[in-house]
Amino acid sequence: MDSVVQLQKQLVDYIASLFHEGFLDEQFNQLQQLQDESNPDFVVEVVSLFFEDSERLLNELAKALEQKTIDFRKVDAHVHQFKGSSSSIGAHRVQKVCIAFRNYCEEQNVEGCLKCLQQVKHEYSLVRNKLETLFQLEKQIIAAGGSLPAT
Amino acid sequence: MAAEAQFHVLAVDDSVIDRKLIERLLKTSSYQVTAVDSGSKALGFLGIHEDEENNEASIHSVSPNHDDDDHHQDVDISLIITDYCMPEMTGYDLLRKIKESKSLKDIPVVIMSSDNIPSRINRCLEEGAEEFFLKPVQVSDVNKLKSHLLKGKAKESQPNINKRNIMEEMSSPDRTITNYGGLENV
Repeated sequence: MDSVVQLQKQLVDYIASLFHEGFLDEQFNQLQQLQDESNPDFVVEVVSLFFEDSERLLNELAKALEQKTIDFRKVDAHVHQFKGSSSSIGAHRVQKVCIAFRNYCEEQNVEGCLKCLQQVKHEYSLVRNKLETLFQLEKQIIAAGGSLPAT
Repeated sequence: MAAEAQFHVLAVDDSVIDRKLIERLLKTSSYQVTAVDSGSKALGFLGIHEDEENNEASIHSVSPNHDDDDHHQDVDISLIITDYCMPEMTGYDLLRKIKESKSLKDIPVVIMSSDNIPSRINRCLEEGAEEFFLKPVQVSDVNKLKSHLLKGKAKESQPNINKRNIMEEMSSPDRTITNYGGLENV
């Protein structure tokens, strides 16, 4: 049982660090609170949808910014969606980049947009890794017969 | 009547993540939920089709001469909660179509948006939306729906009372704007 306790502590510390470093915000707590015995996989499900949707949006953004004549309204529409979804799961740093990204869209600033695309890709892959690590830890705890710490 | 009657809420949002979220939030409050991804799908579900000449509900399976009935829908929807920013038909457009429909206009409508734009909020409230929630929607927001749902039920047996009142102070730090008669958010 010792290892379960250790894993649980690891998880709690890990989540705390993600909040501390701004990867996640309060909205992620809200998601966890919506999870219960009747919906034990809610957070993983929502986050998985976020991953899928984000990949799609990043592809669309790359395509839109590769065009000879850039349709900034289209780019903005995608960023708006990305901002919304990242906000909905509490992916704070991704959301922040999206806000800056939208400003560049409004200014029709190509360089700014390309820079933001790189940044948002980077932040997304960081938070994705973090969340996947988090879910792995949770899986380990459950496999070891433990329960997830209350949020 | 049971204390917790099952209210059926129709949620409209083009974002798959937000649909999942709102569905879970509503189910946590014991509402029955149908979630669709567009305004046109919502209207279809409610029994209205765009190609209708008049703004009358297109009745699928109900016999004629139902002028005295409250709802000509196929399903009994107690509340509609819709995102504002959607392609093709915005939440505002959807709200208008609902309010223009004889059979649907008494269903309470709540708008959600990730953008805090006072003019947008005003427009929606003026058009008859009960509330405006800023995203991401919280449990505390969903708790506010009960009063609107019960109002909607009460309205079925009451004359149409104009309860619209525009909030004058749009710079309120509150996350939800409630269409009460001049009262602040409770």
